[in-house]
Amino acid sequence: MNSEAKKTIWKNYQKEIADDNYFYLRSCVRQNFFPGAEPTFLRIMKEELQKDIYEDPGHTTCTGIGYHTDIVPFETTMTIVARQFALMTSHGYKNLVPSCITSFGLYSEVIDTWNHHPEILKRIRQNLKKATGREFEIPKNLAHSSDIIYKFRKEIAAKAKYKLINSNTGEPLKVVEHIGCHYSKMFPSKGVGGAEYPYVLVGMIESWGGELIDYPERRHCCGFGFRQYLVQANRGFTFACTKKKFESMEPYKPDMIITNCPGCPMFLDKGQYAISELEGKTYGQDGMGIPVFTFEEVAGLIMGYDPWDIGLQVHQISVEPLLNKMGINYDPEKKYLGINGKYLGKPVSPNVLKTCC
Amino acid sequence: MGKLYDKLTQDVHLQEGLKACINCGTCTAICPAAEFYNYDPREITNTIQLRDDEKIEELLKSDTIWYCGECMSCKTRCPRENTPGQIIMALRALSQELGYFTESEKGRQQLYIKRTIGGWILNTGYCLYLEGVGTDGHPEQGPIWDWRQKHWSDVMARVGANYKGKGTGVLRKIPDEALKEIRDIFEATGANERFEKIEKHSAKKAKELGMKLDDKNNNEYIKHIFSVNNNHHNKK
Repeated sequence: MNSEAKKTIWKNYQKEIADDNYFYLRSCVRQNFFPGAEPTFLRIMKEELQKDIYEDPGHTTCTGIGYHTDIVPFETTMTIVARQFALMTSHGYKNLVPSCITSFGLYSEVIDTWNHHPEILKRIRQNLKKATGREFEIPKNLAHSSDIIYKFRKEIAAKAKYKLINSNTGEPLKVVEHIGCHYSKMFPSKGVGGAEYPYVLVGMIESWGGELIDYPERRHCCGFGFRQYLVQANRGFTFACTKKKFESMEPYKPDMIITNCPGCPMFLDKGQYAISELEGKTYGQDGMGIPVFTFEEVAGLIMGYDPWDIGLQVHQISVEPLLNKMGINYDPEKKYLGINGKYLGKPVSPNVLKTCC
Repeated sequence: MGKLYDKLTQDVHLQEGLKACINCGTCTAICPAAEFYNYDPREITNTIQLRDDEKIEELLKSDTIWYCGECMSCKTRCPRENTPGQIIMALRALSQELGYFTESEKGRQQLYIKRTIGGWILNTGYCLYLEGVGTDGHPEQGPIWDWRQKHWSDVMARVGANYKGKGTGVLRKIPDEALKEIRDIFEATGANERFEKIEKHSAKKAKELGMKLDDKNNNEYIKHIFSVNNNHHNKK
């Protein structure tokens, strides 16, 4: 297949993404590790795109991590998912937008199971009614929050203050993308570009001026593996996977990494620190790391939002080299301030990995 | 037809995950766990489809079924629409149901996961709730995590979270009535029963090993299952 054909084959793997009136479900992982990402997404949705997006304070975990560590039975998980659907139904919404890839994969799996086994759907309706009195409709449209940003990537580009372009050379930034296993490996038709030609992040990269790096281990797991990370004795698995990815992308000298799933950026960010401490190896320029971002953070950056408003100070890998390449105007002195200018002190420097301040 | 096999077939994960395996090994080729551990999803799939109860019991008591990371890369690649990752989920469920999980080092870790992830779900409504979870147990989180832990609420407020607050927002306090619904669902659908089984069989194993176990997370047995690795798991 010629390279032009490869670039366009993803177009065979399209999905329907609703254009307004969304019911939003937060991610447990994203809220803990990247607490500025979801407020950035909602700011773009409401202030830049003028979309209706609703959140119910009573929504909860989908139990996804409990389910994939096998402590929570599928029957329980399906009923908790049904409760999330019931909240959506009770507010008159039909378009479900989870912020988490594990949740997105799980909702896809639950709906698929109900399609194959109507008797299970009937039983889950009874479970939910009995336990909570609630009733639900299955969402008409299920899209991950990145799907929404993908859908409106050109509108965002039209309003953007910055591009994924090196402001000194005028060259596109070289970008690694990582969509996360549960976005489309289980149900390829539910992800933009499927599992083979993932396009949800590529579309953002291309529309915002960057250049995709298609490296060998692009689709390999970040290393989470649920129980493989959560238990200390198993973490060799996690960082063996992370290292495999970094060794594979290193020759392409990426300027940045953009991610889809809330957990993957944590592993790709903290994993670079762990590898540097364990083996003395770093992957970025001058002993630093390759900056890792969530898709919400990248969208916020190109919109010109203050990097410290959107939470980039919580990354272990310094983001400043990327901000400087993009020509972003920011105040380095404000990185470690709390609200009302309260100085919080600086983190300790790692032993091997260089940080810029 | 064996009794353990019959029990497995009642699990929708097995119904969805096992059609007819042709032993091509594509799942093993793509599997991140097979690259790292002494682990072969093709072999497990074949063991189950051969319906050999003796070998299934061996699997249920082994470390082997706990090596999978549930990334589900196998689902994408299998040319016959099997999903070894789902077969693993059925095996893990049965291993816990029968109390066999405490017979392996990796299986015994379920108690730690139940008490952390399970505890957070029931007590906070989130599956992770990380204020106070420091770099002592998670050194890979690095100095930025120490800084965040020291200034948890300040950083949350700075980036627009609503930490422990009323209403909507990042890590808001999930209302008590919502938490009650979650607990009622856990009771009605078997999660509490599984949790009790994990506790009961773990207590029995701790006693057998002569280790102290109480309802806190800093006792000898919990520390042991969290950190011990006999170094015989990995692919050489």
